[in-house]
Amino acid sequence: MYQITCPHCGPRAQTEFTYERTTDSVVDPAGDTHAAMQALYTRANPMGLDDEIWRHTYGCRAWMVLTRHRVTHEIRAVKAIGPEALP
Amino acid sequence: MSGPSRSATGDETIPFTFDGNTYHARPGDTLAAALLANGVGLVGRSFKYHRPRGIMTAGIEEPNALVTVGTGGRTEPNTRATDVFVYPGMVAKSQNRWPSLSFDVASIFGLAAPALGAGFYYKTFFGPAKHWMLYEGFIRRAAGLGNAPTEADPDNFSHKAGFCDVLVVGAGPAGLKAALAAAEAGKRVMLVEQDAVPGGSLLRDPDPAIDPAAMIARIKALGGEVLLRTTASGYWDHNFLTLTQRLVEPGAVPPHGFAQRLWHVRAGRVILATGLIERPVPFANNDHPGVMLSQAVRSYVRRWGVLPGKRVVIATNNDDAYLTAEALVAAGAEVVALLDARAPGSGPTAPAGVQVFYDAKPAKVIGRKHALRKVTAVIGGSEHSFDADLIAVSGGFVPVAHLHMQAGGKLTWNEAAQAFIPGETPQACETVGAALNPPSAPAIAPAGKAKTSFVDFQNDVSLADIDLAWQEGYRSVEHLKRYTTLGMATDQGKTSNMVALSRLAEKQHVTVPEAGLTTFRPPFTPVTMGLMAGAGARNAGAHVRRIPLHSLHEAHDPIWQPLGYWFRPRAYPVNGESLQQAALREARTVRTVAGLSDVSTLGKFEVSGPDAAALLELVCATTVGKLAVGRGRYTFMCREDGFVNDDGTVWRLAENRYLLTSSTGGADRMAHFISYVRNSLRPDLKCSVVNVQEHYAGIALAGPQARAILASLIGAEPPRHMGYAPGVLAGVPVHVLAASYSGERAFEIHVEATHAAPVWQAIEHATRAAGGAPYGLEAMELLRIEKGHVVVGGEVDGRSTPHDLGLGGMLNKAGGFIGAAGLTRPALSAPDRNNLVGLVSLDGPIPEGGMLIQRAGQSPQGHVTAAARRILEGGAIALALLQGGHKRHGEELIVTSPTRGEKARVRVTAPHFYDAAGERYRD
Repeated sequence: MYQITCPHCGPRAQTEFTYERTTDSVVDPAGDTHAAMQALYTRANPMGLDDEIWRHTYGCRAWMVLTRHRVTHEIRAVKAIGPEALP
Repeated sequence: MSGPSRSATGDETIPFTFDGNTYHARPGDTLAAALLANGVGLVGRSFKYHRPRGIMTAGIEEPNALVTVGTGGRTEPNTRATDVFVYPGMVAKSQNRWPSLSFDVASIFGLAAPALGAGFYYKTFFGPAKHWMLYEGFIRRAAGLGNAPTEADPDNFSHKAGFCDVLVVGAGPAGLKAALAAAEAGKRVMLVEQDAVPGGSLLRDPDPAIDPAAMIARIKALGGEVLLRTTASGYWDHNFLTLTQRLVEPGAVPPHGFAQRLWHVRAGRVILATGLIERPVPFANNDHPGVMLSQAVRSYVRRWGVLPGKRVVIATNNDDAYLTAEALVAAGAEVVALLDARAPGSGPTAPAGVQVFYDAKPAKVIGRKHALRKVTAVIGGSEHSFDADLIAVSGGFVPVAHLHMQAGGKLTWNEAAQAFIPGETPQACETVGAALNPPSAPAIAPAGKAKTSFVDFQNDVSLADIDLAWQEGYRSVEHLKRYTTLGMATDQGKTSNMVALSRLAEKQHVTVPEAGLTTFRPPFTPVTMGLMAGAGARNAGAHVRRIPLHSLHEAHDPIWQPLGYWFRPRAYPVNGESLQQAALREARTVRTVAGLSDVSTLGKFEVSGPDAAALLELVCATTVGKLAVGRGRYTFMCREDGFVNDDGTVWRLAENRYLLTSSTGGADRMAHFISYVRNSLRPDLKCSVVNVQEHYAGIALAGPQARAILASLIGAEPPRHMGYAPGVLAGVPVHVLAASYSGERAFEIHVEATHAAPVWQAIEHATRAAGGAPYGLEAMELLRIEKGHVVVGGEVDGRSTPHDLGLGGMLNKAGGFIGAAGLTRPALSAPDRNNLVGLVSLDGPIPEGGMLIQRAGQSPQGHVTAAARRILEGGAIALALLQGGHKRHGEELIVTSPTRGEKARVRVTAPHFYDAAGERYRD
């Protein structure tokens, strides 16, 4: 079970979080069918670092992007996203 | 058979039973030690061939001595006799024998061993099916270990979280030293030990310079936590470990209700001081009672004061077994021969009077039930026999690298010890102690007949089975494992994997590391299911939430139905009505007068802000932006792939304020989805989403009289169909939404949950006065089926598109909603998709879930999603999803449910059986 450092709450157990998707599988609602299908079904799935969207669902409910290594499970970086994180 | 030192432990004895016979143990005895002390050498029968088995080890790696401990719900099968400490009144039984342990009918399988070799099950599948039918019953009766208890476990199991700077696994000399050093450095320390006493190898080979008890006391004094009878059973990501702690021994009554505790520990650093497991030696009949690992023999002699044999042969390829010779001689046993497989002069000096034979290895043993009679050895190429009742064997040592490997670690090969040593690990974890330095022990080719030279004792896999698998083309260690079931028993090959791997490497003419290794998976030792469930057992796992009006419904003693997290009334029977009778009466009341129902569990979201409409136009597949203030509409939401996800209604309460409702069961999913859209996809939108599902109680009021009843209660004309108006009812502010699910004129009255009771009471009073009644979920189902409204989880099954459900015309033509792109795929508008249709029965009731066919023997063309009867008239109706159904109205089909043996002839119709034009609720 991972330990994820929530940008708002600090280090917490993975059970408090829900995984949403990788950033490359975000479907742009304004995009065309091809782009949507690419995002939904043709994922990069790299054997290395990948950016993933997670939510601290059973904590502060905030959203974040984890840069996670898919082999070692190392979490290199956590970045808050959402309206509050906009510049 | 008791050794001379046993009297030193005092006169206290602990009575216990084994297979109905009463014996006595000494304090601190494991069941294995107590059985050996009482001269019981035969304790079980093997998995496949029912061969007699005894006690081979003194620890958790025991493959043979599996027993059932405890009675009733506390029965624990497959408990290692070496890993359970005797307590007063303990009841233990042997396993896999009939009618008795010493006379077992199925041991005849041992004679049939050639037929039951590797891949036996697999091969039976190639023969005629009737042969398998014959084997199956035979195998099911004969094969197996202990039986699962049939009663519920009366005990509780607790879960606990733990945090520490340093977690040390193993309280042997290395673990004690590491834990004490960390504690003295000011670290928060947890030290776990699976044994009941600390010391590890010191319990077998005491060192006057190390005092485990004093070290434990010091660690505790420095604030360290020491957990005995606790096994680190799993090593997971980010230094997270699960520990299983026995609070009482298996089968014992726990004084505080808790039998075991599961720890979830996040450790800063992990130190693995897990030591070594001794390797057995393959030779003919090496599974017989009286064949024991050398260190185990030493443990029984020194720790428990038990002599497992009086005339002992020792067989070894390393120096460690010479210590066993010393221990045996000191305890008064006769060491008949020490067979050292190495060249002359290799070993240390043997104790006086012990004859050492070099280039010597065991080939065969012959035994009685409880012990051996004779050991045959090959010494320098010629056979010699020894009269002996015990053989202590040592084939080298295997570092316990399980946790290290679960942590993602690597292994390095130590040729001198013929062992894999823990190497690097990607986690903050290191191995210390004996596991890093196994004694030198060269590879020795087995001398005995392969067929009865057992490797995996628990699964009855012999050297011959490994050879057979090789001969049949199973080259990879992973295939070998699956084909022979090697290492797949409850001991996970702790004593067998390395022996088997050596054999495979020998066959392949490669080195052991080249032959490869199978995966080490948690748990290290078996974990009780109840422990994993913890407080989740006995329905305590999920929260039971109560809807705000629960107690008001309770007064009517309804039939309850679980729905989402809640219970909602399914029907309110009166005068002894059945569920069906009550539901039909309630539905008829709605159709003819009025009824009220609790709809509090609906998903509800308040969306506000200048961009509220823009967010809703993303989430909803229908238009929202054009909605006037005070108006609402039916809506549905799609997934990104275009399939319908959920449905509900959306209402514009004020200029920049909307209320969106969704299904009860999908509410959590919808909350997450909306949050994703708002926060991740469009954080730029100026809006706020609040999940108000449980903030509001919802009451549906439906029926021809609903409008008049509500008008009298709010003192105003209620809104027309799909209109919204705020109001005050029974002195409480309410939202009135004019929406109809039942097909009648209907309203949803939403009210703050804490103020809902007087509102319900007022509506119920007025409704009853008009001749109406409350109605439950069953009546609601009758009403919605007749009306042809879809339900999420029924017709909306994750595979239906808006078009399939006849909702295509409502899609937002401008696009831009989630799922718009997915919907453009040609397959989502193919003509042969399953479309929503109605079915009218031409004879009897329509079986729910039944398949739609044109004639017998045909593949199903669709299925019934919901079946009912007409409410006011007779006749069975149903909703169904049918291939190309939109164009098949009028067709006659058969609904068949082979599993229930039910069948009905039906006519396909439009999915509306009642007021298709919607005249009953429109103005």
